[in-house]
Amino acid sequence: MASSPKLNAKIPAGQLELKWTNYRSTVHLVNPANKRSLEVLVVGSGLAGASAAATLAEMGYKVKVFCFQDSPRRAHSIAAQGGVNAAKNYQNDGDSVYRLFYDTIKGGDYRAREANVHRLSEVSGSIIDQCVAQGVPFAREYGGMLSNRSFGGTQVQRTFYAAGQTGQQLLLGAYSALQRQVGMGAVKLLARHEMLDVVNIDGKCRGIIARDLISGKLERHFGHAVLLCTGGYGNVFFLSTNAMGSNVTAAWKAHKKGAFFGNPCYTQIHPTCIPVSGDHQSKLTLMSESLRNDGRIWVPKSKEHAQAIASGKMNPNDLKEEDRDYYLERRYPAFGNLVPRDVASRAAKERCDAGFGVNATGQAVYLDFAFNMKYKYGKIEATKKGIENPTEEQMTEFGQAVIKEKYGNLFDMYEQITGVNPYKNPMMIYPAVHYTMGGLWVDYNLMTTVPGLYALGEANFSDHGANRLGASALMQGLADGYFVIPYTIGEYLAEEIRTKAIPTDSEAFVKAEQEVSDRLNKLLSIKGTKTVDYFHKRLGKAMWDKCGMARNAEGLKWAIEEIKKIRSEFWSDVRVPGALNEFNPELEKAGRVADFIELGELMCMDALHRNESCGGHFREEYQTEEGEANRDDEKFAYVAAWEYKGESNFELHKEELKYENIKIAARSYK
Amino acid sequence: MGGTSEKMINVTVKVWRQRNKNEKGTFETHDMKGVSTDMSFLEMFDVLNERLINEGKDPVAFDHDCREGICGMCSMYINGRPHGPKNAVTTCQLHMRSFSDGDTIVVEPWRSSAFPVVKDLVVERAAFDRIIAAGGFVSVNTGNAKDANNILIPKPEADEAFNAAACIGCGACVAACKNGSAMLFVSAKVSQLALLPQGKVEAQKRVLDMVHQMDIEGFGNCTNTGACEAECPKGISLENIARMNREYVFASANEKK
Repeated sequence: MASSPKLNAKIPAGQLELKWTNYRSTVHLVNPANKRSLEVLVVGSGLAGASAAATLAEMGYKVKVFCFQDSPRRAHSIAAQGGVNAAKNYQNDGDSVYRLFYDTIKGGDYRAREANVHRLSEVSGSIIDQCVAQGVPFAREYGGMLSNRSFGGTQVQRTFYAAGQTGQQLLLGAYSALQRQVGMGAVKLLARHEMLDVVNIDGKCRGIIARDLISGKLERHFGHAVLLCTGGYGNVFFLSTNAMGSNVTAAWKAHKKGAFFGNPCYTQIHPTCIPVSGDHQSKLTLMSESLRNDGRIWVPKSKEHAQAIASGKMNPNDLKEEDRDYYLERRYPAFGNLVPRDVASRAAKERCDAGFGVNATGQAVYLDFAFNMKYKYGKIEATKKGIENPTEEQMTEFGQAVIKEKYGNLFDMYEQITGVNPYKNPMMIYPAVHYTMGGLWVDYNLMTTVPGLYALGEANFSDHGANRLGASALMQGLADGYFVIPYTIGEYLAEEIRTKAIPTDSEAFVKAEQEVSDRLNKLLSIKGTKTVDYFHKRLGKAMWDKCGMARNAEGLKWAIEEIKKIRSEFWSDVRVPGALNEFNPELEKAGRVADFIELGELMCMDALHRNESCGGHFREEYQTEEGEANRDDEKFAYVAAWEYKGESNFELHKEELKYENIKIAARSYK
Repeated sequence: MGGTSEKMINVTVKVWRQRNKNEKGTFETHDMKGVSTDMSFLEMFDVLNERLINEGKDPVAFDHDCREGICGMCSMYINGRPHGPKNAVTTCQLHMRSFSDGDTIVVEPWRSSAFPVVKDLVVERAAFDRIIAAGGFVSVNTGNAKDANNILIPKPEADEAFNAAACIGCGACVAACKNGSAMLFVSAKVSQLALLPQGKVEAQKRVLDMVHQMDIEGFGNCTNTGACEAECPKGISLENIARMNREYVFASANEKK
């Protein structure tokens, strides 16, 4: 298989370990005087956007930052709980750049680019250094050193963390750096602004159309380069762990203007979320993967016990050890409860589908801390206190204090949402949509197929293949923003130093604004009978049922037809109240859902064409006898990059994935 | 978790409606029947808005995003308390099980001259961003950093810095304060960075610049009532204000020299 001529990944030649070092030393530079006249638009203010904007401004570029929330500090990176990976080997447990690279490629089920992932591993250590220098208060040991913990899919401890609020602390670090540049006048901040289109002139991206969400007015902004740092599209499923406002609109508009969309069907379903409680549910809440360090996952061995527990006739604490099925420990003894997310999610679904679910809906399993609380931590603490034969009560009491120190905020969050005390009862969890590995296709420079238009962080497709390992999203967002784009953007901008700012009253800008305005007016003019949420929920159900944790050809075909129906009904029967030139959250939502509907169709098409199972993409027709994913490297070792050709019309381009440094193998965590 | 503890209750919601910054606002009353106690408070508002849209009326505008208590976007003043009746949670983490059948629930926006109303329950909190821009950072450019473990920080100090850094910037402290003071917010950032060796280098300039910006923004003075600490969803301690005052006095004295 050869890659499509339309896809040039621009991977530097040479030995894998030296590619980035050599590239960095030879990539074009822009001199400081020229940087001042080059303008970069950064859309989104999460880890990728804030770190990129701050760093580019520090280097001397003129930067504008756009975010739809009231402050850049609200970006959804803030909600990441567990941690950030880095190959520091501080724990002396054999970690290295190569091992992080290897774990990430394997974790991604051999569907990510070697060169990008290696670069990610190389810069991972610098991220921790940078964040500590900014004053990010990572967890520490008593000697003053940084503390680490384990995450799924690895056998070393390389995850740095700040309680269960690592995303918050990293984002506030990047936000501080950004605000410092705002204060110095190097960055212009446009909060409560939503990007609604990109503007291309003569084949290059030259700016964006944004809507001031308070006044409702449309604005035109010129930029020599545009960076989309707009996150993932998990909200296509309606229910996900994403924030309510997280959306695909910026990426989708870029896609319709020429940026190819990479691997749209690769979705991460996170195994440990609080189960759905009713029809009113507006979002799902994640319980950090770090909990799997000490929580053991189980369901009853017998259906009778499962039913007794689900109907409230039996207390799970009363079920005997030998009557419990610790199914991850049983199926995957090498990794146990710390198998990667896709594997853990599917295993939970398998048990629940088989009738062993432990709540009324049958869609929940237990995450139980009692054993480690008592026998691991309780015993250690008792020994520390010099108590040789501690009572059961003592062990529980001592262990509970340790668990509280480690996961207190997560336990509080769980109790707040469910009304159940997780120190006394095992948590109930079920998988939920969490992250999207797919995104805009980018080359080694993080540039999309539109020159001058870049995608960073979750918005691009590049580093996680078909499944992302825990604590790697924060790593990638910050790597892209702090340490990759500041270098790679020079390759393009060095050629743009003669380009004067293009006046925003030029034809291309006027036309783009008109198109945006027409679409918004159209949404307001339908005045139908159904709310935006009605359509979003219907789309979400079709996506979750047919393009969720398990997919098959028949279901995907059905979903594609259903989504076409949803789209046509949406555009003839949606009701959007209010007016264009005012603060109008329903209008914002309508535009986003309209884009989700189009994306949903492409996701199903991508899932349908990929006749294999890999990572988060599990096609029921392609599994081993033991129910594991069955990859087809001969036919599908490529990135699927889709080109927009008009309504419901997408052309597939393939980028071949070559593995020269890793032996491609069946992924096993047994 | 659904199941046996779920109940259906009826409540009356009196909600503040205000078209924009310049127009006068008023309360509007809605009866909400058959509300599940498992529903979150904001999901109850989703249901209300769905109904208003179906009736051809204008839905209630309110800020929200993560709905798990960390982004700091939600901002309702519920029955006279920022983020409602429960301690240590944000509005989005509040559930209807905290209310009883027949309750009347009064919902207003944050009220402070430094937080103008945008619409209904939505206010503008950009003043906080400007305070951070004035000094809430360590001046370190990307690429300057040395190896992270070269900076040793005693665990108790790291933990205390973390506790201060847990502030979500929601503005409940300002809304709770009879003077509309932002001291808890500002002191949390000043404290976090003053406690850490990385932040000590420019600690004096930081506290002076941030306090100066806070005054420009029109926040009121602190009279130590402690309402901010009591209402903070993240339990940010008043000790931070004491620490900031010490930092400020020390920095001002040095500046005069």
